[in-house]
Amino acid sequence: MHDPNAVTLVEARGLSAGYGTSVVLEDVEFDLRSGERMAVLGPNGGGKSTLFRLLLGELEPFAGELVKNTAAAFVPQTERSRLDYPVSALDVALMGTLSRLPWWRPNGRRERRFAREALGRVGLAELADVQFGELSGGQRQRVLVARALVQDAPILFLDEPFVGVDRPSEELLEQLFADLAEEGRGIMVATHDIEQTYRYDRVLCLNTRQVALGPPVQTLSRDVLETTYGGAIVTLPGEGRPAAILPPHHH
Amino acid sequence: MRRALLELLLLGVAGSLVGCWVLLYELAYSTESLAHALFPGLVVAALLGLPLLAGGAVGVLAAAIAIAFVGRIPLVERDTGVAVVITSLFGLGVVLALSPSSPPGLESLLFGDLLGVTRGDLVISGVLVAATGAAVVTLHRPLLVAGFDRGSAGAFGAKPFLVDAALLVLIAVGVLVGVQALGNLLVISLLVGPAAAARQLVDRLPAMMGLATVFAWTSAIAGLYASYYLDIAAGAAVAAATVAMFLIAALVGVLRDT
Repeated sequence: MHDPNAVTLVEARGLSAGYGTSVVLEDVEFDLRSGERMAVLGPNGGGKSTLFRLLLGELEPFAGELVKNTAAAFVPQTERSRLDYPVSALDVALMGTLSRLPWWRPNGRRERRFAREALGRVGLAELADVQFGELSGGQRQRVLVARALVQDAPILFLDEPFVGVDRPSEELLEQLFADLAEEGRGIMVATHDIEQTYRYDRVLCLNTRQVALGPPVQTLSRDVLETTYGGAIVTLPGEGRPAAILPPHHH
Repeated sequence: MRRALLELLLLGVAGSLVGCWVLLYELAYSTESLAHALFPGLVVAALLGLPLLAGGAVGVLAAAIAIAFVGRIPLVERDTGVAVVITSLFGLGVVLALSPSSPPGLESLLFGDLLGVTRGDLVISGVLVAATGAAVVTLHRPLLVAGFDRGSAGAFGAKPFLVDAALLVLIAVGVLVGVQALGNLLVISLLVGPAAAARQLVDRLPAMMGLATVFAWTSAIAGLYASYYLDIAAGAAVAAATVAMFLIAALVGVLRDT
């Protein structure tokens, strides 16, 4: 968003969506530009995953318009992948080639080299041949990020990539996202961790509808956070920022 | 005997390649059901003097249509639908097989006729095994992606519905080829046993497929020897050898991990 030459990668206008006849997300309106890192903040059930399903084309919107101008790579929540599957970290990273290479063509030396490089970028070059299920939670998450790097798309969607991730993995991934944005990619990260969103260019707050959108420091006011989480905000002494959310009051 | 061995070696390759995917997609029960469902097709083919393969193919198709139809009835879950259709079809097959007009030898449809394999059977098996091998290699990447995380497979270019359909076709072909030699009741041993044994010992898919093939071949040789020297049914002996192989592999796996 600092770059005047940035192009719009995703554009959402008046988007609403849901399942069956029930609407779970409405009034969503944003654009994601090249080189931008956007956090999607909201509670469980707030519509983050629904938004991602829309963005990935797995769900049709009830109303509104969603334009995706280019291909997207995806990092799903790590607990969705099978740990008993007979694959190495390299095998998982290589799965990213399916969206680029025709499905009937076996992976060649070029794809293997690319996948190893991607594992190197997430700091797992040494563990490429280790069974995926034997890696730690943070390492598995990094393998899934490597798989998205192999997809090599201008957009990267990540669904809660920091859940169950150790501190070194988190720092490495944050630096990687900054580097990827520097390369001109647009990055959207779903999270429910308020503190984390301050490291991103903009934050999109969702709670069954769009609550706010903008740079975190200006956007994450007490009102916005209370509306996003449907609770009361606690500010700890000496802290400038809201630090905790209390559950909503029941009258 | 030599033809029986050759047939089993061919089936061992197809059964192991497809069998690994059967296990990874947790389709062992569906595979067994499919084998039972084509029984009336086999019986009708035998009664009319038609090729068993043709009868089996029609049987599989009829079962698939029936399962799809029952699945549309409200409040009937897929498992229930499969169980109802399979039991009905198998029962129908048994009624047909036990009718007074049935020619003798129909028990070979249930337990196979390994020693009666003809040169023509071998050629058909060879062609189908080659086709299965080519399909497994071609479909490897979509199968791997859709099985790893079904929910997000679409984001990686795999279409789980099409992948499932392709795998079911592969399983149906595997069952059809195997049913002539091992019969309706024992063919499942070929599709599940060697792959399950290999899974106990290795943690990579290509190694699993290779080891499963070796296990299938070993069971074939051991089963045929046992059948010859102990004078027991060849198909049953091979199935028993496969089970023994699995138990040994499971024991070795447990001992290695403790």
